[in-house]
Amino acid sequence: MIPISWYLLLSAALFSLGMVGFLVKRNIVTVFMSIELMLNAVNLSFVTFAHQWHMVKGQIFVFFVMVVAAAEAAVGLAIIIAVFRARSTLAVDRIDLMKL
Amino acid sequence: MHLILFIVFAGFCLAGAINLLLQSHPINSALSLIVVMTSLAVLYLLLGAEFLAAAQVIVYAGAIMVLFTFVVMLLNAGREDRTLGSRSARVVGFPAVVVILGVLATVILKAQGLGVVTLSDGITSTADLSTVLFRELLLPFEVTSVLILIAILGAVALARSGDGERTSK
Repeated sequence: MIPISWYLLLSAALFSLGMVGFLVKRNIVTVFMSIELMLNAVNLSFVTFAHQWHMVKGQIFVFFVMVVAAAEAAVGLAIIIAVFRARSTLAVDRIDLMKL
Repeated sequence: MHLILFIVFAGFCLAGAINLLLQSHPINSALSLIVVMTSLAVLYLLLGAEFLAAAQVIVYAGAIMVLFTFVVMLLNAGREDRTLGSRSARVVGFPAVVVILGVLATVILKAQGLGVVTLSDGITSTADLSTVLFRELLLPFEVTSVLILIAILGAVALARSGDGERTSK
């Protein structure tokens, strides 16, 4: 028997860690990984609440989040490759102009 | 049993997430993110979401992380250097994150009516999931397929745009 709140607290902790990574990391790929970590944390709380209220739709929401995350990862990494071609760097501090 | 599984895999999750922050090389961060996602799949199983546990391993720990490690190796990303931006982000960001975590934890701990999870709660079968997905939510499902198609086209267009410009010149 585990209280629901433990799962929610784990989700909140993972989300905060992802946010710290988003702010602190300077490599654009690692920043992107932190975003994936935040998405996973929110997925965990979706599944937890689906279990709490016995609603299948919560799990379907997670399914859609996964699909969108996969699409986002494909496009985002393509953008990172394009940026790397134009600037030859992955440091977010040096990618501060939108034009080439 | 349930408690042991939860503590072990929640510990793996948190350790992986912290390791993601501490490692300076992106490939190490990617590997620790795989640990986080696989442990989350076990937690999904504990919550009775068997389909999502499988999808988590296949889609997240499999497909998405392979894409990440592939890009890290393709771009030959090295260690990151500490800069002025990261220092100011620490000064402003850490207190903000602590405040947000505190607010979330207070709300969760004060919430009434949250139940408990037991292993005998039963699992949501894939059949239940697909009944809802393909009857009530068929339109969103089909829209998602269009989204993925557009994402594929966009990824291909972005990744080869550099070559296109060079050849047109």
